[in-house]
Amino acid sequence: MDNIRNFSIIAHIDHGKSTLADRLIQFTGVSNERTFKDQILDNMDIERERGITIKSQAVALPYRALDGKEYTLNLIDTPGHVDFSYEVSRSLASCEGVLLLIDAAQGVQAQTLANLYLAMEHSLEVIPVINKIDLPSADVERVLEQIDAELGLDPDTHLKCSAKEGTGIEEILEAIVERIPPPKGSTEAPLAALIFDAQYDSYRGTVIHCRVFDGTVKSGDIIRFMYNNSTYKVEEVGHFLLLRQKRESLSAGEVGYIIAGVKTVSDVRTGDTITLNERPCSVPLPGFKEIKPVVFASIYPIASDDYEDLASSLEKYTLNDASFVYQKDSSVALGQGFRCGFLGLLHLEIVQERLEREYDLSIILSVPSVRFRFTLRDGSLIEVDNPAHYPDPSSIQESEEPYIRAAMMLPERYLGAVMKLCMDKRGVNSTLNYPAPGRAELTYEMPLAEVIYDFYDRFKSVTQGYGSFDYDLIDYRLSNLVLLDILVNGEKVDALSQIVHRERARARGLQACERLKEEIPRQMFKIAIQAAIGGEIIARTTVNAFRKDVIAKCYGGDISRKRKLLEKQKKGKKRMKMIGSVSIPQSAFLAVLKSDGD
Amino acid sequence: MNEPAGLYVHIPFCKSKCGYCNFYSIPSTADMPFFINALSAELKMYAETFSRFDTLYIGGGTPSLLAPIDLARIISELDDVFAFSTDSEVTLEVNSADCTPIYLRGARRMGINRLNIGVQAFDGAILDFLERRHSPEQSLRAFEIARGAGFDNIGLDLIYGIPGQEMESWLAGLDLAVSLNVEHLSCYQLTLEPGTPLGKRHADGEFALPDGDRQAEFFLKTSKTLEDSGYIHYEVSNFARNEGLISRHNSKYWDHTPYLGLGPSAHSFQDNRRWENHPSLPLYLEEIKMGKAPVASSETLTGEELQLESLYLGLRTKKGIHLEDFKKLHGYDLMLEKGKTLAALEKEGLVEVSGGYLRPTRAGLAVADSLALI
Repeated sequence: MDNIRNFSIIAHIDHGKSTLADRLIQFTGVSNERTFKDQILDNMDIERERGITIKSQAVALPYRALDGKEYTLNLIDTPGHVDFSYEVSRSLASCEGVLLLIDAAQGVQAQTLANLYLAMEHSLEVIPVINKIDLPSADVERVLEQIDAELGLDPDTHLKCSAKEGTGIEEILEAIVERIPPPKGSTEAPLAALIFDAQYDSYRGTVIHCRVFDGTVKSGDIIRFMYNNSTYKVEEVGHFLLLRQKRESLSAGEVGYIIAGVKTVSDVRTGDTITLNERPCSVPLPGFKEIKPVVFASIYPIASDDYEDLASSLEKYTLNDASFVYQKDSSVALGQGFRCGFLGLLHLEIVQERLEREYDLSIILSVPSVRFRFTLRDGSLIEVDNPAHYPDPSSIQESEEPYIRAAMMLPERYLGAVMKLCMDKRGVNSTLNYPAPGRAELTYEMPLAEVIYDFYDRFKSVTQGYGSFDYDLIDYRLSNLVLLDILVNGEKVDALSQIVHRERARARGLQACERLKEEIPRQMFKIAIQAAIGGEIIARTTVNAFRKDVIAKCYGGDISRKRKLLEKQKKGKKRMKMIGSVSIPQSAFLAVLKSDGD
Repeated sequence: MNEPAGLYVHIPFCKSKCGYCNFYSIPSTADMPFFINALSAELKMYAETFSRFDTLYIGGGTPSLLAPIDLARIISELDDVFAFSTDSEVTLEVNSADCTPIYLRGARRMGINRLNIGVQAFDGAILDFLERRHSPEQSLRAFEIARGAGFDNIGLDLIYGIPGQEMESWLAGLDLAVSLNVEHLSCYQLTLEPGTPLGKRHADGEFALPDGDRQAEFFLKTSKTLEDSGYIHYEVSNFARNEGLISRHNSKYWDHTPYLGLGPSAHSFQDNRRWENHPSLPLYLEEIKMGKAPVASSETLTGEELQLESLYLGLRTKKGIHLEDFKKLHGYDLMLEKGKTLAALEKEGLVEVSGGYLRPTRAGLAVADSLALI
């Protein structure tokens, strides 16, 4: 155990986390030139494109330190978005230390600070690393001052590197060995292993990623998941090089994987404790939360013929994404589909993109919603996450919506703009602290529904990317809710309905109408877009008809040319959803939740 | 199918190319004799497959570049090989600049009973923009000569939606055409194809075309002006003074009547098959020399393709689509399948359903392409 170090790299976006990870992997010889791809840890296309890590990854780096001893350095990569903050916390809980990476030119940023706080919550050893020292604009002196003043860390403990040029890498590896404490725990104690991720392998079933805190697990053992007491027989254990590497056993302090005939990743809970059935540990490891979806939307195929394809694609998709849940649903306007739960809007967009990309589906998502609660006059309590199931208003005794506590870190200069934004979003009970000069820590209690309504984009925009934002669900609170319907040429489009706060309804309605006007192309007839509450129209816009086609000539007997042109247009039209006689493009449904100027 | 087919002959020569024109032609008549010989060989290839015609349309290119003797030879060879109905419509396309009394009288005597004059505009500046080689005065003179030569069925081609074109000037041109009492008018919206000189200049941003609303204004005012003057707006771009003056030849293109096209780039249709000759005179000549039909490509239409054609072509005509016939022909009941959309379009004033027909209105003709995509 003394030769094991478990660590993570945390950084503000673009401060070079993935590049440094690649360098560490290269330096320790895990990857040769042939297998080396830039940014190995972000290995989904979407992750590369968006520059964020969605799934956690782990890799064991074999390292012979200057003290002559062999070490195993387990690097556990973490997702970098608020939708996945629980996954981040589980990954950090699997480590004893972190490298806090800071860009030498940009200095300490919002996420630097937020990540430092996370690491400190887990009592991790923090090694500040100043990256990009090769840049002409690098200002190491200023960063050192910031480390002292803003992070409250001893600047003498810092390291310098250029991950891009590969300098300073060995010093970092040495510091990991010297400064990050080896894991504690007892191989003799009952097994306690923390699940920080799980991935689906089509040959082996679910591959559980875990950190063993106590005990030992080997193939043949019967393990038990403590949250539901389900048991499985272990088929294989091992650790991660770039690929899985089978081993005899995994013992206290180690990071690795367990394959135990678990069919899908949804049978596994991130944060759960694995123990041995024969000799269970007395209490699970701390911090487990059953994460629940907070954002809901329905998915429909654009062509109703594609329903079966969509069903089987969702089934396959969930094999690898336990946080995504779905069930059958149907819409008057859009036909058969599925109601789905997501961790947040980013998660929703990722699911949509992956379904389209990996399963070649054309889908439409209804306007996302949170889960509301209604107490009816007959005393019953119902939860509604689908505006289509909004109860008869006359039967509602009281309505409630979920609230979150938003924790934000930002440079003081953006405080005014952020407070205004939070108040726009019905934020209450704010607290304000200054953890360092010029640096504000702001909390607000806000309705979750307001947060999914373009809060994150606007927050990033008003803080120019220097703010960090995290939230926890706190409770349900009484709220004056109404159902906002959208009518297209007089026809209600249920997939565009939203449950909104009464005071916001008019503005929301107008905004939805405006956005739809931008998204729906001109067609043969005028299209009236209306927003309504109950029977009352509260906002309207019109998409004017176009009055002339570009009539490609069809004289001289060449009839095919125009036919082919029309066939092509017809195909394009198939990517739109017909609502009555109006073609609505895919983009319109999500656009309703975005504000102007995105 | 026993109805008489249509016959088209493409004369692929021009004195100069017009900036907007996308039809195949070459700006030199040097190869005319080779072409006439090849045409003579080509037409014989279809002696067995096409039995009877009741229209002949000699287009191009510029057919009026044919010497009278060549024109006579083409017509007489066609007459030898194919059977023509006694009342056949025989059209010759002419450039105003080529219309001399002797030429037109000769043409009339050869059996040509319909002239189509490429006037395009009655405004000199617009003709310059289009790179036409004749003046408005020449067009008027050509018309008088044609009347004098005994032509009682004359069509004029006009183009609208041209950069710099004023509505008043366009409407004045229409009034002039009406005052001439022409039998037929084709009013085309200027469409620029990428390969043409004007198309390239447009792509380079040298000028802009009128926007959709402006185009609609041209279209609707044209339709109203001419219909108020007694013309029938029988197809998107075509107007006839009465039912009997509707272009019988062009109508065949629009209702799946068979037609044979001879000459480079000509299109044909028979038994659900479409084919197209090489749009290249050298290739055309070479293939014929080798005894082959100079066909560049051919396709047999699927039921679905035929249906889309019927729909889009039908919706471009005032006559519209006979719903029962459409159902019989394509096994597709438009009212059943698209009734709701059609009702909405009817309410919008774009189509009307009456007497068993689905017809586009004037506003509907302006968006005929989109109507076909319902």
